[in-house]
Amino acid sequence: MTFPSGTETAGRYAAYGRRANNGARLLGSVLATLFGLLVLTFVIGRVLPADPVIAILGDDYDPAAYQRVFLELGLDQPLYVQFGIYIKNILTGDLGNAVITGRPVIQDILRVFPATMELATISLLIAVLVGVPLGVIAAVNRDRLPDHIIRVVTLLGFSAPVFWLGLMGLVVFYAHLGWVAGSGRLSLFYLDLVPYRTGLILLDSLLAGEMDVFWDALNHLVLPASILGYASMAYIARMTRSFMLAQMNQEYILTARIKGCSPNAVIWKHAFKNIRVQLLTIVALTYGGLVDGAVLIETVFAWPGFGQYMVGALTFGDMNAVLGCVLLIGIIFVGLNLLSDALYRVFDPRTK
Amino acid sequence: MTEAIIIEGPGAPPETAGQARMRALRGFVSRFVSKPLTVLGLIIVGVLIFTAIFAPLLATHSPFAQDLANTLQPPGAAHWFGSDEYGRDIYSRIVYGSRYTLLIVFMVSVTVAPIGLLVGCVSGYAGGWVDTVLMRLTDIFLSFPGLALALAFVAALGAGLENAILAISLTAWPPIARLARAETLTIRSSDYIAAVRLLGASPLRIVVRHVVPMCLPSVIIRVTLNMAAIILTAAGLGFLGLGAQPPVPEWGAMTSTGRNYLIDAWWLAGIPGGAILLVSLAFNLIGDGLRDTLDPRAS
Amino acid sequence: MQEKLLEVEDLTVSFGRGKFRVVDGVSFTLGREKLGIVGESGSGKSMTGKAVLRLLPGGATLEAKRLQHQEVDLLTADERQMRDIRGRRISMILQDPKYSLNPVVRVGEQIAEACRLHQHVSGQEAAERAVEMLAAVQIREPKRVFDLYPHEISGGMGQRVMIAMMLVTEPSILIADEPTSALDVTVRYEILQLLDGLVSRSNLGVVFISHDLNLVRRFCDRVIIMYAGRIVEALAADRLEDAEHPYTRGLLAAVPRIHAPRRRLQVLTRDPLWMEAPGVRAP
Repeated sequence: MTFPSGTETAGRYAAYGRRANNGARLLGSVLATLFGLLVLTFVIGRVLPADPVIAILGDDYDPAAYQRVFLELGLDQPLYVQFGIYIKNILTGDLGNAVITGRPVIQDILRVFPATMELATISLLIAVLVGVPLGVIAAVNRDRLPDHIIRVVTLLGFSAPVFWLGLMGLVVFYAHLGWVAGSGRLSLFYLDLVPYRTGLILLDSLLAGEMDVFWDALNHLVLPASILGYASMAYIARMTRSFMLAQMNQEYILTARIKGCSPNAVIWKHAFKNIRVQLLTIVALTYGGLVDGAVLIETVFAWPGFGQYMVGALTFGDMNAVLGCVLLIGIIFVGLNLLSDALYRVFDPRTK
Repeated sequence: MTEAIIIEGPGAPPETAGQARMRALRGFVSRFVSKPLTVLGLIIVGVLIFTAIFAPLLATHSPFAQDLANTLQPPGAAHWFGSDEYGRDIYSRIVYGSRYTLLIVFMVSVTVAPIGLLVGCVSGYAGGWVDTVLMRLTDIFLSFPGLALALAFVAALGAGLENAILAISLTAWPPIARLARAETLTIRSSDYIAAVRLLGASPLRIVVRHVVPMCLPSVIIRVTLNMAAIILTAAGLGFLGLGAQPPVPEWGAMTSTGRNYLIDAWWLAGIPGGAILLVSLAFNLIGDGLRDTLDPRAS
Repeated sequence: MQEKLLEVEDLTVSFGRGKFRVVDGVSFTLGREKLGIVGESGSGKSMTGKAVLRLLPGGATLEAKRLQHQEVDLLTADERQMRDIRGRRISMILQDPKYSLNPVVRVGEQIAEACRLHQHVSGQEAAERAVEMLAAVQIREPKRVFDLYPHEISGGMGQRVMIAMMLVTEPSILIADEPTSALDVTVRYEILQLLDGLVSRSNLGVVFISHDLNLVRRFCDRVIIMYAGRIVEALAADRLEDAEHPYTRGLLAAVPRIHAPRRRLQVLTRDPLWMEAPGVRAP
């Protein structure tokens, strides 16, 4: 998982806000980015591979299917026509068929995505609930022991390969201590017990009133979610620390102290209130990073989500499925950028 | 409180620009190495480089020699880090694996820096529609998480070490380009660039001879800050079986094989993954030290 | 002089464990009067003000023989006692409302907070007091202004808010640290008049910190001149012409006059000896 450095992100978002100061421009910039995404996936899927048809069908294809796909992609025609076909298909919701499942990619993705969303959302919750207080504590105790400890904890979070943490977590907490359940989303005998409504098992089991299923799902979720959330937690803690430090030097903090505010009031009512919006921006961005990390953590925990699907597609060289996943991640990112921009406008009194 | 501040420093003022620069550099280095954690990072990276160079001397076994009579041995006197499913010595494989880690970091860095510099400097210097197009392109790349985009490139190019390096490079240049552009924008408006332009220098010459050298230090630092992320992405690709292929002792791939023996022989996955953590931590410590030393607010 | 509100004796503020003394042995007392502290930037006048509230920046050390506010010894008071004194008994107006007001809190709420911190009133009452106070600092439509954010009001209005926030608790000492220097020249006088009216009415002690000798002599009863962390001269404001110290004389000579125009203003020449000479004790 890679994270941009603090100043870069903040600068980028400030620029984003200024640049897109009216709806039309914002829409234009989003459309341009989406178009760019299509160009990029087109290049990856159709231009880079030596034979795009084999990239889609895999090595052992049937000649008749080869001919059909060849014509479908318009490979006998110039590149811009192929691109036109590509865009037309995507706009009509047709991402092609996945070889591994034999079904349309879009259906596959919609089926597996809730599992990833559940995992990423719980991870984000953990990351925020732990990361923000840690960041504040580090900032308040700058260059003292708590700050040093938190610095080490966050550095480890940045540095640890998430798949390795997952494996070691399984060894320690599942195999040796038996505190948590192992791989998968549910134990075998709970599978398909609750009706599929949202695809989020925690929610579905609550809706069905099946508390056993709920606890089992939670038991399966807690380890992968904590490990996936660790890196994001580290990132959020660091950003919180640097945002808070910038605020603690401000003159209005002195004003608050002159008024006789307690240290807690100075921190939470004055300084923290000023970084809430910046933090929201960061948190929205982190969510995208979690989807990225999910690719690895789902492989480790056999989590039947989007990441596992993508890795399966990669292993079998199923280009349609891979491109669909990449496109989806790109769209999620653009959406999150938009969301954080919107949050900025809604919550920061200075932008009104 | 101006009169209270006494500037400490070596007595005589510097006589030449070179002398001044040397002094600034020395000051930077001494501040940089004054932090124990930074030094720890430097030491670990030093050990890594040393290990990579002298791998044949440091290894106790051949990294590929199988010993089917002694598979999955726990760490001990015979095999310091244990042996794997083919009875290969994990310690020796870790030692040789350091070469791949360094190779990836080095290759990605020397690929990314020129691409980023080129895009950033041209974009910043040219301005107008060139700038718009290039920065839009950068934004698109930036709007993908690193690993997912690298995965897509590997899917198109095929698995393997070279392609993994290429894929990571293709995803890692945008932040460099943004930085180079920002630097170029400040440099472009400076008086000495105006002077060179008045002398009739061509835009190409100005960019290559005057803009790029000025951007270089911050680009190098940014690349250094990025190294831990490069290692982790490469390890992730290796773990998914899309990087270096077996039997190459690449740490990510080793961790992936170890997965199958996780419960009975944790060291197969535990030790290579630990090595990745250590090296990535070292680069992060160095990056942290650099950031602290360069941050004017810190002092 | 009547009752003493504040007694400062041999106050020293230093950085680096006594290495750099930014305030060096300053002594003065304050009654129910307006005391001006004048000096150039870096003379330690601001630090003196902050030291009284024990709100020095990190790394600064405070030492004094005596720092007494009525019955409270400010030197030995613990942090909790200090919090009770800050805002309620001693408050302070800062230079620039652009920075000294919290940008994401409505201005009325910032005033009401001061009220809630020190007076046992409900949120409703505190808000009402804040509106009254906004009216008292001559802000029109105080109810509307209550709901505004700092970036939505002008600098002059911001400083009125700051004054309201610091006076709403009816403190006995007000420290004003360059309260008008960040403002437009045209509003400076208004703010000063407002401040003058408010403090005369409530009869509190004011420490007015400024670099502007003209302003101080018009506003204050007594003036202390600081240079390099020390008090070099202390005088009644109307006797400033009798100043003896060359620094004070230099400052006076550097002020342009309408009625006695000169071709060229004098530039202050500094004597290194000023930094050596012992500080003056202000009565």
